[in-house]
Amino acid sequence: MNIYINGAKSVSPQNSLDYNLFCENVIEHNGKFATAIKPNYKQHFKPIEARRMSKVVKNSVIAAKFALEEAKVEMPDAISVGTGLGIVSDTEKFLQKMIDNNEQFLTPTSFIQSTHNTVAGQIALGLKCHNHNFTFVHRAFSFESALQDAVMQLREGKSNILVGAADEMTDHYYDIIKKNGLLKTEPFLNTDLYKYKNKGAYCGEAQSFFALSSENKPETYAKFIDNKTFYKPKSYDEIKTNIEDFLTHHNLQTSDIDMVILGPSGDYDSDKVYYSLQNDLFMSNYVTYYKHLVGEFHTATGFAFWLATNAIKFNKTPDFISLLNIKPKKINKVLIYNHYFNINHSIFLLSKD
Amino acid sequence: MRIFITGIGAISAIGNNVEENYNSLISQKSGIKKLKYLETTHSKDTLFGECSLSDNEMIELLELDKNGFYTRTALLAMTAAKEAFYSSGCTSEDCRTGIVSGTTVAGMGQSEKFYDKYLNSDFSNGYINTHEAADSTEKIAEYLNITDYMTTISTACSSSANAIIYGARLIKNGVLDRVVVGGADSLSRFTVNGFKTLMILDKQQCKPYDRDRKGLNLGEAAAYLVLESEDLLKKNNRLALAELKGYANTNDAYHQTASSPDGYGAFLAMSQAVKNAKLKTADIDYINAHGTGTPNNDLTEGLAIQRLFDKEMPLFSSTKAFTGHTLAAAGSLEAVFSILSLNQQVIFPNMFFENQIEELEITPETKLIENIKVNNILSNSFGFGGNDTSLIFSRVDNLNIKFD
Repeated sequence: MNIYINGAKSVSPQNSLDYNLFCENVIEHNGKFATAIKPNYKQHFKPIEARRMSKVVKNSVIAAKFALEEAKVEMPDAISVGTGLGIVSDTEKFLQKMIDNNEQFLTPTSFIQSTHNTVAGQIALGLKCHNHNFTFVHRAFSFESALQDAVMQLREGKSNILVGAADEMTDHYYDIIKKNGLLKTEPFLNTDLYKYKNKGAYCGEAQSFFALSSENKPETYAKFIDNKTFYKPKSYDEIKTNIEDFLTHHNLQTSDIDMVILGPSGDYDSDKVYYSLQNDLFMSNYVTYYKHLVGEFHTATGFAFWLATNAIKFNKTPDFISLLNIKPKKINKVLIYNHYFNINHSIFLLSKD
Repeated sequence: MRIFITGIGAISAIGNNVEENYNSLISQKSGIKKLKYLETTHSKDTLFGECSLSDNEMIELLELDKNGFYTRTALLAMTAAKEAFYSSGCTSEDCRTGIVSGTTVAGMGQSEKFYDKYLNSDFSNGYINTHEAADSTEKIAEYLNITDYMTTISTACSSSANAIIYGARLIKNGVLDRVVVGGADSLSRFTVNGFKTLMILDKQQCKPYDRDRKGLNLGEAAAYLVLESEDLLKKNNRLALAELKGYANTNDAYHQTASSPDGYGAFLAMSQAVKNAKLKTADIDYINAHGTGTPNNDLTEGLAIQRLFDKEMPLFSSTKAFTGHTLAAAGSLEAVFSILSLNQQVIFPNMFFENQIEELEITPETKLIENIKVNNILSNSFGFGGNDTSLIFSRVDNLNIKFD
C-alpha cells in the first residue's frame, strides 16, 4: 500500500508556514536557543483560549489545522502526535507554584494543561474528533512512533491520519538541561552553527503536522516510503550498516538519492557520525543540514520530514541548507538520517512517485 | 492474527509481584494507607496507594548499581517488567522483540526534589537526564536487553492500556513477533497536588461507584504483559495465559479533564472494542471498570455501560479501592487482574461500596465470587485529554496460573 503526504505544515523558528517564503531567506536567531516564530494567534483563538494554552499547544493546533485544510480533510480517522517533553511550560508553572507555596493554594489550570497528551487532546477537542488519539513521548523516537502508528492505521483500513511532531523549549528547561553538558551554554548565532568545531548542541523547537492518506490526490506533496529506528549503536560501522541495509531493502543505491538530510546539531563530538557518513556513503550526494534553522530537540525529525516533503513537491531547496554548490535538477528521492546524542537514531525515505 | 499473553508482572500497593497482588485481591485487603516514602505536606491527612518497597530495596532486588540514577518510576517499571518477561520464559534473542511502555509521571518524582536547586544554584546531578518519559522505558530495554523496538506512550490514565493496543498492532502489522507492554507511574508531589487542585482526591479510603464517593486515592504501580503472536506460540510450542481479543481507543472530545455527561467517548471505546473482538455484548462476562471513585467518572462510565449493555448487563466492579488510581499504570495493572480473573475463574469485589448511585440502575459486585465461568472480560481506562480505551481479554483453555 502506498502512503501519501497530502498536507504538511510547520511552525518553527523559520518562515515555514509558507515554503516559498521559507526558501527566500534564513531567519537569524542569536539567543540561547531557536524560538518558533509566533503565528497570529488572534486569528485562531479566543483571547481566553490563547492565554490558557502554551505555545506548543497553540502552534500545534494551527499547524494541524493548516495541514488538514491543505489535504482537504475535515475529520481525520486518527490523530497521532510525537512529543519528547510534552507541555514543559505548564509543567514548570505548576511545579514552581507548588514549591513556592509549599503545596498550598494552588489552582488547577496549569496542571490540567501540563499532561503530555494535551496537544493531541486539544486538536481532537477543536475538531470534535472521537477517533483514535495517541501521544508518543519517547525522546527522539517520538515522531517516528507517531508515524509508525499512522502507517499502521492506514494499513488497518483507515483513510486519513493526522500525525504531528511537537516540542517547545523554555528558558528554565534550557537552564536545567544545559547542566548535563550537552548544549551550547552561551547565546549563539544560528547561521554560524557549522563554522566551529566545538562542544554542545544548539537547541530549539518546532511543531510540524502532516495529513497522511492512502490516496494520491492533486494536493499530494510526496510519498512516504519507510522509516527505521535503532537504539544506541555500538559503533560507527553499525550505523553505516543500518543505513546501507535500509537502502538495500528498498533496492536503492546512494546514487539513487537526490537529497540527503542529515541532522548535525553543532555538538562536534556527536556530529562526527554525520561527517564520516558524508565521506563514506554520501560523497556524491546533495547533502543538506537543518538544525541551524530550528535547533536540536526530540522531535526535530518532524521538521526534516517537512523539509523533505516540500523539497519534493516544489522541486526546489534554499541555498542555506547545504554547503555544496550543486543542486539536483529533480528531487525525487529524499533520505533523512538523524540521531539524538547517539541514543535514538532514525532513517526516513520519501519519494515523489 | 491472534495475540496472546504469555507473561505478566505487577507491583502495586497490594503486592510486590503478581502472586502477592492476587492474594490481596482474594483476601480483600486494601493497600490504601498512610504514606511511608513520599514527602508531601498532605501526608498527614490523606491516604494513598504506595508500594511497600523502598527505592533502595528495589535497587537491591534488581541488582543495580547503588550509585546509579534510578527514578522510582523506573524501579517500579523494571521490577514488574522483569517479572513479566522472566515468567513468560522468553528471551529477546530468538525473534524481533520490543517494549512499549506508558507513563505520565516519568521522572517527576526526582525532578520536583531538585528543581529549585537546579535552577537557582550550580547544583547538578544525574537525575537531570531521568526526567524524560523515555527514561524508564530505556531502563527496562537495557535491563532485559530488548532493543529491537522501543517507544513510550503518554495519554494520561489510559497510557498503559494504549501501550497494550500499540504493542498488539506492532505484532499484527509484522513489525515485531513479541513485545513487552504496560506502564509505570510512581507517586509524586506534582500529581498529588494536581489532583488535589481538581478537588477529586478523597482523603480517606475511596469508594468507587458508591453514592457518597468523594474522589480517588492516588496510587503507584507498574504492570507489564508479554504479548506474542499465535505463530510464535505455535512455533515454540508454548502456552498462553490469555488472549487479547479486542481493543479500541476513542476520544470523548468534550473537555480536557471532565467526561461528557453521558460518557460518549467511553461508550464508543467499549462498543468498538466488542466489535473489534468480534463478540456480542452478551459474550462479556465481567467488566473491570475504570471506576476511580470520582463523582464524574463513575456516573458517566456507569451511564455508558448501561447504554451499551442494556438488558445484557454483565457483572462489574472497580478494583481501584485496592490499589488507588495508579494513573499510567492502571490499564496494564487491571489487565493483569483481568488475566488472573480468567485463569482463576474469580471476580474481584468492588470494595467499600455501600449505597447505590441514584442515577444508575447498575450495581457493582461487592463480594469475591469464586468458581464462576468467566470467558471474556472488558477492562476500561480513561484519561485526561478525553482519552478512552477499552481492552477485551479472553480465556484460553490450555493453562492455569496456580497460586496456593
